[in-house]
Amino acid sequence: MLATGLLALAWAGISAYVLLAGADFGGGLWDLLAGGSRRGERQRALIEHSVGPVWEANHVWLIFVLVLVWTAFPPLFAAVSSTLYIPLTLVALGVIARGSAFAFRKAVTELWQRRLFGAAFAFSSVVTPFFLGAAGGAIASGRVPPGIAAGDILTSWWNPTSVMAGAFTVGACAYLAAVYLTADARRDGQADLAEQFRRRSLITGIVLGGLAITGLLVVHIDAPLLYARLTGPVALPLVVLSIVAGALSLGLLLIRRFVLVRVTAALAVAAVLWGWGLAQYPDVLLPGLTISQAAAPPGTLLATAICMAVGLALLLPSLAWLFLQFQRATNPGKAPQSRPWYSR
Amino acid sequence: MLSSALLLAGGAASPVAARSQMGFSLGWHIIVACLGVGMPGLVLFVEWRGQRTADPSYRLLARRWAKALGVLFAVGAVSGTILSFEMGVLWSGLMDNYGAVIGLPFAIEGFAFFIEAIFLGIYLYGWERLPPRTHLLSGLPIVVAGVASAFFVVSANAWMNSPQGFTVIGGRLVGVDPWAAMFNPATWPETIHMILAAFMVTGFLMASVYAVAMLRGRRDRYHRLGLLIPLVLGVVAAPVQILVGDWATRYVASNQPTKLAAMEGLFRSGTHVPLSVGGYYSGDELHGALHIPDGLSLLVHLNPDGYVVGLDRIPLDVRPPVTIVHLAFDTMVGIGFALLALGIWFGYCWWRRRELPRSRWFLRAVAVSGVAAVAAMEAGWITTEVGRQPWIVYQVLRVDDAVNPAPGLSWGLAAVLAVYLVLTVATVYVLRRLARTPLPVAPQEYDVARYQVV
Repeated sequence: MLATGLLALAWAGISAYVLLAGADFGGGLWDLLAGGSRRGERQRALIEHSVGPVWEANHVWLIFVLVLVWTAFPPLFAAVSSTLYIPLTLVALGVIARGSAFAFRKAVTELWQRRLFGAAFAFSSVVTPFFLGAAGGAIASGRVPPGIAAGDILTSWWNPTSVMAGAFTVGACAYLAAVYLTADARRDGQADLAEQFRRRSLITGIVLGGLAITGLLVVHIDAPLLYARLTGPVALPLVVLSIVAGALSLGLLLIRRFVLVRVTAALAVAAVLWGWGLAQYPDVLLPGLTISQAAAPPGTLLATAICMAVGLALLLPSLAWLFLQFQRATNPGKAPQSRPWYSR
Repeated sequence: MLSSALLLAGGAASPVAARSQMGFSLGWHIIVACLGVGMPGLVLFVEWRGQRTADPSYRLLARRWAKALGVLFAVGAVSGTILSFEMGVLWSGLMDNYGAVIGLPFAIEGFAFFIEAIFLGIYLYGWERLPPRTHLLSGLPIVVAGVASAFFVVSANAWMNSPQGFTVIGGRLVGVDPWAAMFNPATWPETIHMILAAFMVTGFLMASVYAVAMLRGRRDRYHRLGLLIPLVLGVVAAPVQILVGDWATRYVASNQPTKLAAMEGLFRSGTHVPLSVGGYYSGDELHGALHIPDGLSLLVHLNPDGYVVGLDRIPLDVRPPVTIVHLAFDTMVGIGFALLALGIWFGYCWWRRRELPRSRWFLRAVAVSGVAAVAAMEAGWITTEVGRQPWIVYQVLRVDDAVNPAPGLSWGLAAVLAVYLVLTVATVYVLRRLARTPLPVAPQEYDVARYQVV
């Protein structure tokens, strides 16, 4: 019972990471595609403005999930990280490149430096979610057996399901970022940028839907057990919810309900995650490791649960303050466009 | 598994590669982490002084330090992340068996890190938005959480030195008391030693930046304050650190005699054991060391008759490499006392004349004190980590049994080294850019307002 609660909490942490930090990665992707330094200037300023205050806090969800899993489900953590050490090391290096390049870019002024750090930031923003998704695909398709380094270190994450999952994750990050940035741009009074990101949201939304359908086909062929679970009675409602929320998001974008579409877009992505989670439950590694086999002894679970309760009571109000602080319109007289990004 | 065979050609699973990768990424991260623990308090202090006195020097210092803190915190946050991955990627055997025992402090540290990241975002980006008092208060959680995370992370390391709080029956972990694991005998001396080290690294490193500037002729109030404030933190921490270091060594003497023997390069157990400084160890003997008669017996037992265990009592297969541990320990202690002497010099002049020592040698000494403090801290970690070999968990689990056996792991080391080379160059470059941003001779309110924190 306690184990299930903690697993659900870890899953909530993964969801928070994907919905919040995922959008920060997506911001990097749009930074990459923003065009030349003059043409892309305002877009990059908007992205930096939205990502800047929150990305570090968003990033901590990843740490939260890692430490929670290794404390409460040590065999799961050991099996996943030993077999998938290649994509996970690449994720860690991508996280380093992304975060430090972003911080460095803000601290330098010359154009060539900003371009260099900007390129590192943007490139690693695309690569990192791919490997994270590929690792997820490896677990979902049952290629990570229990035990230390028991799976194949290459084919476990380089296979049809993993590649699809990696592509889907990159797409989801880009989609969430575009949707969030649309509303941010309008709030800051930059109607033309809002329109640009609205168009991108629509395009990536459609692409993501296509990826989801292709993904299901790939899973059907490549990972029949996962497919059977996904379309079983427990997970199917969430798969349907994701499709409905995705379609609804497209509609809301068409009628320009930019704040509401944040909710539905996030729901569409979160439903995929929870659909996957429920499809696996009570297995944490698809063939062979159930939650009760993976769970730590009761003493650890209880202590962890207590710490989580106290920690979340401190964390959630702080997070709320952070987000409220930076979701308000920024100094109306001094909208970002009045201050060129390179002079900050 | 053709793919695995291909990778095998690139390097077999090796504890040496794994240890190098962990040691390298941890040794890199901890420098930035020290600044993350020590800097917020200094930034808040100068901001508070700036608010109270409206002195533009304080106010500009606060902004410039905050900007540097923003960069350093970002680098620290991401360079710390790879360590979480490495716990499993490299040490899956440790986590598989004992993740449930040492996970708790990491889980709590996760929340402390959250609080740091959230309030740093509010603090840095709220500089122009929040009322001054609220802004100052929004920085306090960063200070508390920074010190707290140092405590929790180091308590996990302390457990590896003094494992307790678990029951193993037939090779299976059956009972865990994570609180007992977290508060093991090594926890207090080790965590306090590290937190003080973080203050010393921060204090001396920041002061050294301004010492260099003053040696280049910038002796205005802004630079004097920039040197003075961090230096005070360093010199206050230094004497306390020596007492705590003594306490930590006593802990080692009573709980990890092998490590103490390696730290001292001591082979023959006995009484009236001398304290040996320097030298190298080979053939069961320390060569070329300076011996202080009865020194070690006195230090450990306050009694020249005190009995100290040497390596002759330790089985061959559980002896750590001695020379590196001994020299690392001596380096740490030597630098610690040199920094204490620097503090006494400074303290004496300040007491007599209320000013910095006039000698250029003082500025030169402060200029190298930052790097020296970092070297001492690294040497301390080498002492405790290498001194625990061949154990990853003292007398419970060997490093060789904890390492991930997957083939090709040494490629990870190569990738990490390459990325960190670039990261080091970029970090140093950007920090130097920040330090060099032109400064007016006497900063005015206008200069303060013009300097953007983010």
